[in-house]
Amino acid sequence: MTYTEVNSVEGKAGDFKVSLTKKPRYIIESKCTGCTTCVEYCPVKYPDRFNQEISENKAVHVYFSQAIPLVTYIDESCLYLKDKKCGICLGVCKNKAIDFNQTPEKVEVNVGAIILSPGLEPYDPRLRKEYRYGEFPNVVTSMDYERLLCSTGPYEGEILRASDGKHPHKVAWIQCIGSRQVIPGGNSYCSAVCCAYTQKQVILTKEHDSEAECTVFHNDIRSFGKDFERFYERAEKLPGVRFIRSYISIVKENPETHNVTVRYSTPDDGVKEEEFDMVVLSVGLNPPPYVNSLAGKFGIELNSHNFCKVNPLNPMETTMPGIFVSGAFQGPIDIPESVFSASGAGAQCGELLDYRRGKLTRERIYPPERDVFKEEPRIGVFVCHCGSNIGRIVSVPSTVEFALTLPNVVHAQEQLFSCATNSAREITDVIKGKGLNRVIVAACSPRTLEPLFRDTVREAGINQYYFEMANIREQCSWVHPKEKEEATKKAKDIIRMSVARACHLEPLQEFNLPVNKTALVVGGGIAGMTCALSIATQGHEVYLIEKDKDLGGTARKIHYTLDGLNVQSYLHDLISKTYRHPLIHVYTDAVITEAAGYVGNFITRVKSDRGVTEIKHGAAVIAVGADVYKPTEYLYGKDERVMTHLELEERIAGKEEKVVNAGSLVMVQCVGCRQEDRNYCSRICCSESVKNALKLKEINPGMDIYILFRDMRTYGFNEDYYREAADKDVKFIRYEPQDKPQVEAGTSDEGRPVLKVAVTDYILGKKLVIDADIIALAAAVIPSKSTKEIAGLFKLTLNPDGFFKEAHVKLRPVEFATDGVYLCGLAHYPKLMRETINQAYGAAGRVLTLISNDIVVASGSVCEVDENKCVSCGACITVCTYGAIEFYETPQGRKARVNPILCKGDGLCNTKCATNAIQLKHYTDEEILSEIDAAFPEEEAVELMDAAIGNA
Amino acid sequence: MCSGRVDLAHVFRAFSNGVDGVFLGACHLNECNYITHGNYHALTMVSLARKLLEQIGLNPERLKIEFMSGSESNLFVEGVNGFVSKVKELGPLGRGEGMVEKELKLKLEAITRLVPYIRLVERERLRLPAMPEEEYRKFFESEELTRLFEETIGDKLAVAQIVSLLRKGPLSTAAIAKTLGLTPSKVSKHLNASSKMRLVRYDESRKCFALA
Repeated sequence: MTYTEVNSVEGKAGDFKVSLTKKPRYIIESKCTGCTTCVEYCPVKYPDRFNQEISENKAVHVYFSQAIPLVTYIDESCLYLKDKKCGICLGVCKNKAIDFNQTPEKVEVNVGAIILSPGLEPYDPRLRKEYRYGEFPNVVTSMDYERLLCSTGPYEGEILRASDGKHPHKVAWIQCIGSRQVIPGGNSYCSAVCCAYTQKQVILTKEHDSEAECTVFHNDIRSFGKDFERFYERAEKLPGVRFIRSYISIVKENPETHNVTVRYSTPDDGVKEEEFDMVVLSVGLNPPPYVNSLAGKFGIELNSHNFCKVNPLNPMETTMPGIFVSGAFQGPIDIPESVFSASGAGAQCGELLDYRRGKLTRERIYPPERDVFKEEPRIGVFVCHCGSNIGRIVSVPSTVEFALTLPNVVHAQEQLFSCATNSAREITDVIKGKGLNRVIVAACSPRTLEPLFRDTVREAGINQYYFEMANIREQCSWVHPKEKEEATKKAKDIIRMSVARACHLEPLQEFNLPVNKTALVVGGGIAGMTCALSIATQGHEVYLIEKDKDLGGTARKIHYTLDGLNVQSYLHDLISKTYRHPLIHVYTDAVITEAAGYVGNFITRVKSDRGVTEIKHGAAVIAVGADVYKPTEYLYGKDERVMTHLELEERIAGKEEKVVNAGSLVMVQCVGCRQEDRNYCSRICCSESVKNALKLKEINPGMDIYILFRDMRTYGFNEDYYREAADKDVKFIRYEPQDKPQVEAGTSDEGRPVLKVAVTDYILGKKLVIDADIIALAAAVIPSKSTKEIAGLFKLTLNPDGFFKEAHVKLRPVEFATDGVYLCGLAHYPKLMRETINQAYGAAGRVLTLISNDIVVASGSVCEVDENKCVSCGACITVCTYGAIEFYETPQGRKARVNPILCKGDGLCNTKCATNAIQLKHYTDEEILSEIDAAFPEEEAVELMDAAIGNA
Repeated sequence: MCSGRVDLAHVFRAFSNGVDGVFLGACHLNECNYITHGNYHALTMVSLARKLLEQIGLNPERLKIEFMSGSESNLFVEGVNGFVSKVKELGPLGRGEGMVEKELKLKLEAITRLVPYIRLVERERLRLPAMPEEEYRKFFESEELTRLFEETIGDKLAVAQIVSLLRKGPLSTAAIAKTLGLTPSKVSKHLNASSKMRLVRYDESRKCFALA
C-alpha cells in the first residue's frame, strides 16, 4: 500500500489494530501500466521533489523511475483538482486508468507485529547560514549532487551548475555538514556514511570527466566499512584528487562567474583561499521530520537524538513490545546494516507470530502441461508498444508484419502493453486458440518481466521454458531514439534471432526439493547463540557447534560497552538461555570433519566430546568469529607493560593495581591494520579505546591518557563518547602512517621506570615524548584461524583480507553465494556487539525464509552430460567450483554427472568439454549458434559487406 | 549464463558468418556473480582467439573483451563506440586484411575444426590462476606464450588448414602454399608429417596431395 498514512494504532503485541488512510492517487493502480503518456501531455510543470527540485516534473507523474508500483499519481498541483479545468490526461490514457472521483480511503488492518522503517532525512544546511546554501546557486548538498550524477537525474546524468548550466571543473566537497558539531542546528553524532558516499561521488565525477579537479575537505576519514579502506585509497589516488584535512569557511561568491571561494588551512601553507566552480556540502543524516508524531502514534520512545530508542542488546526492539525497527531509524547506518536489521526485524516478528505462520497463504494451481515435444514449432510473436516507449521509435506494425514472414511463426500481433493484465490474458487465449507451442514477447528486458510471462504461458498449459523474450526496449528503442528506421531494422533482427532460438527450445522441469527443517550454527559466540535462539524460538531444531570448551567466543573478554552495559551478565544469561532451549543441541570442543550436500539437505559430520555425530540439516550459519592480531611492534611481548586493548579491558575489569593506578597510559591505534599487508580498518578499535579511556578516567580521574590515532573512527552515536573523553582531558594526538610512534624503555625525569613514547604532534608541529606506565595497542581484528578450513568444507569464498565473502556486500550481506549457507558476526567483518546482534537476527531471518518452506525450487536451466559423448577427462569437474559435477561408474566406464541442485547454470564447463558432452540447458550450443546465425543471415552479410566497401 | 560460457566456437561462428567484429562484455574481474570467476576464462578465451586470428592473418583487434557492471552504461557506450569505429577502420573481415573470401572461409573453417583440440591445450598448458588483469595480458603477450602456442596449436592449425583445403580436391604443394600464404618448405614439412599420420597421401599419378 503506497501513498498511505498511519492514523492510529491500538492493541498490543500479537493483536494490533492499525487505522490507515490511503490517499487518492487519482489513478486506478490495476489499470495503469506506467507508460507515462499522461505525463507527456500534462501541462502543469512544477519542481520535481525527487530530483531535489532542480528540474521540473508534471502534476501527473511516476515518483521516480524505479518506483514500485511503477504507476503514476496525480498531486495537488493538478489543474483539474484545483478548478476542474484541463483533464487532458483523461483523454490520452488508452487504458482508462485515470479516475478523478477517488477520495481518501480509510482502511483498518489487523496485524500481529509492526516494523518501523521510516528511513532518514538528509540534514538541511539552511539551518546554518554560513553554509550559504540557497544563497549561492553553486553550493549544493550531496543529495543534490547525487541526483546530478544519476542518469535519471535532473540533467540525465550531466553535472551542470545552477548558475549557468555549465559543467563544473573544480569541485570541492565539505565533510561533516550538520554532523559532529555541538552547535544550534547541528547534530553531535557522526552520520557514518558521508565519508564513503563522498569518495563514491569523487570517483563518479572523475568517470564523468577525467580532467575534473576534486577536493575533499575533511575531518577524520571514517572508511570503517567492509572494503572501504581500499575504496578510500582508490579515490585518493586518482589524479587531480586532493584530500585536505582542514576546517573551512565559505567566504564569498564571484558575482560574475558565481564561483565560490573557500578558506582553509594546511600545516604547510597556513590559511589559504581557493575558488571552486561548485561546492558540495556532504550533509549528514537526520531522523525523519515527522518523527515525533510517529512516536506518538506508535507509543514508542525516542533517544536524545530523536532516533528510535532501542534496546542496546537488541537494536531492533523499540520500547513497545511487538513494534520493531529496521534501517536508519535505528541511527545513522549504511546499507548493509540496514539490510541486516530489516531481515532481523523480520525474524523477530517470526518469533512473535510463529504460531500463525502460513495460515493466510494460498497455493497457486496451474493447468496441466500440454506435451508438445513432438509437434512442429508453432511460434506466436507479441510485439509490445510499451505505451510510447517502443512504439514511438520502432515501427511496431512493420515488425509484426516481418515476424509473420519468419519460419514457424503462425501468429504475430501488437500489444499496447504486453504486461497489462488484459494483455497477459490475451496471450493465454491466443496460445489456446491457435495451438501455439512457443511464445515470444518482444518488449523489455527479461530481468523484470520474464517471470510474469513465464507464468502467463504456464496458465495456457505450456512449459515455461518455451517462452522467449526479445528485448527491443533497453537494447533498441531506448538506445536509438534518434534513428527510427535503423531501430526498426534492429528490432526485426532481434525478433528474428529470438524466433530462431525459440525453434530449438526444450521443455525443462524445475525440481522441487524437500527441505530439512533443522539448522546448523557453526560458532557459539554472541552471533551464533543469538542466531540459534531466534531460529529455535521459531520452532526449528538447531545444532550449535563450538570449537572451544565453553560458549561465549570473543565476548568472554569484553566486560562493558560504551553505553555502560554489563556484558558478562548478558553473556551469562544468553548462554543459559541457549543451554535451556529444548530445541538447541550444543556441541562443544567440536570440529567439523566433513560437510556435504546442498541447500535444504546438508549432511555434516562433527567430532566433539560426544563422539562423532552426523547432522542432517537444511541450512547452515557460519558464525565462527575472529581473532585478535598478536602485535610484533611497540615492544609487545617483550615488555609486560605493553598490552592489547582487549587485555587492557580484562585488567581494568579485574581492577589490576598496576593498570588502574597508572599515572600515564598511552593507547596506539591501528596496530596491524590499515597497512599494506592488512589493508582494512578493524572498525571497532577506536570505540574500544575510547571506552577503556572513559572507564579508567571514571576509576582514576587523575590518570594521564593519550590516544595516538590516525583517524578517530567513533562513528554514529559513539561520537558522543569520543567528545566526552576529550572533555575529560583524554589527549588525542594524530600520527601519520609513515611517522609511527616510537616506543622504548627508559626512565622519567623523576627516575621512575617508564616506556618512552615519541610521536610527532602535527597540530603543535613538534615531536613529543610521553612517559607511559602502560601502553595499550589497538590490535587489528583478523580472520579466525578456522575461517579457511570452514570455507573449504562448505565451499565458501573469502575476500582479499581473509574474511568470509557474502553473496552481495549491500544487498545480500548475510548470505553466501552457496545457497543455504548464511553468515553473521565477526566472521563477516569486525563489528560492534550491537551490530553483531543485528546481523545474527538477520541471518536467522534468512534461514527461516528457507527452512520454513517444505520445498525449494531449483532452476531447470542447469547442465547435463550426454554420457555417450563423455570421455571422462574431468575438464568440467576442474572448473566447477560449486562441486556440482562428479564422476560415477557406469557399465560403459566412468562418466561425469551433474547434480542439478548444485549447478548454478553459469555454463563455464560447456566451453571446456572437448567432446561437447556437457550442455547448459536453455543455453545449449544449438540455441546460441542458431541466434548467431540468425543475427547475420547470409544475404544480409554480403549486403553489409558491399555497403561497407561502398562507404570506404 | 556467464561470460565464461561464451565459446571459441561461438566467436568463430560469428566470424564465419561474415561479422567484422565481435565484442564481449563481461563482469568486472574479481566481482564474479557466481563463484567460478568465469570472466577470467572468458579473458583467456578471447586472448587465445586473438592469437588464432593473428595466426591466420586476420587483425586481432576484431575481437574485444571489456569488463563492466550493469550500472556502468558509460563504460558500455564508450567501449562499443570505440570498438565500432576501430572495426570500421579495419574494413570488412578478410578484405580489410587483403584476403580473398575463399581463403578466409577455409581458414575459419580450419579453426572451427580445431576447437575441441584447443580446449584440451588450454586446459593442459595455458590455464592460469586468477590474478590481476595486467598479468593476464602480459602472459598472453609474452614470448613464452608465443612459443607454447606455436608448439601446441600453430602446427596443428596449419595442418587443419591444409586438410580443409584438400577436402575441396587434390592440390600441389605450391598451390597449397599460395592459397594459405605459407612458404612451400613449411607446407612440405606439414604434408610429410600429415602423410605419416595418414591424414593425406601423395597421388603419384597427378603429382598432387589428396586426403587419405
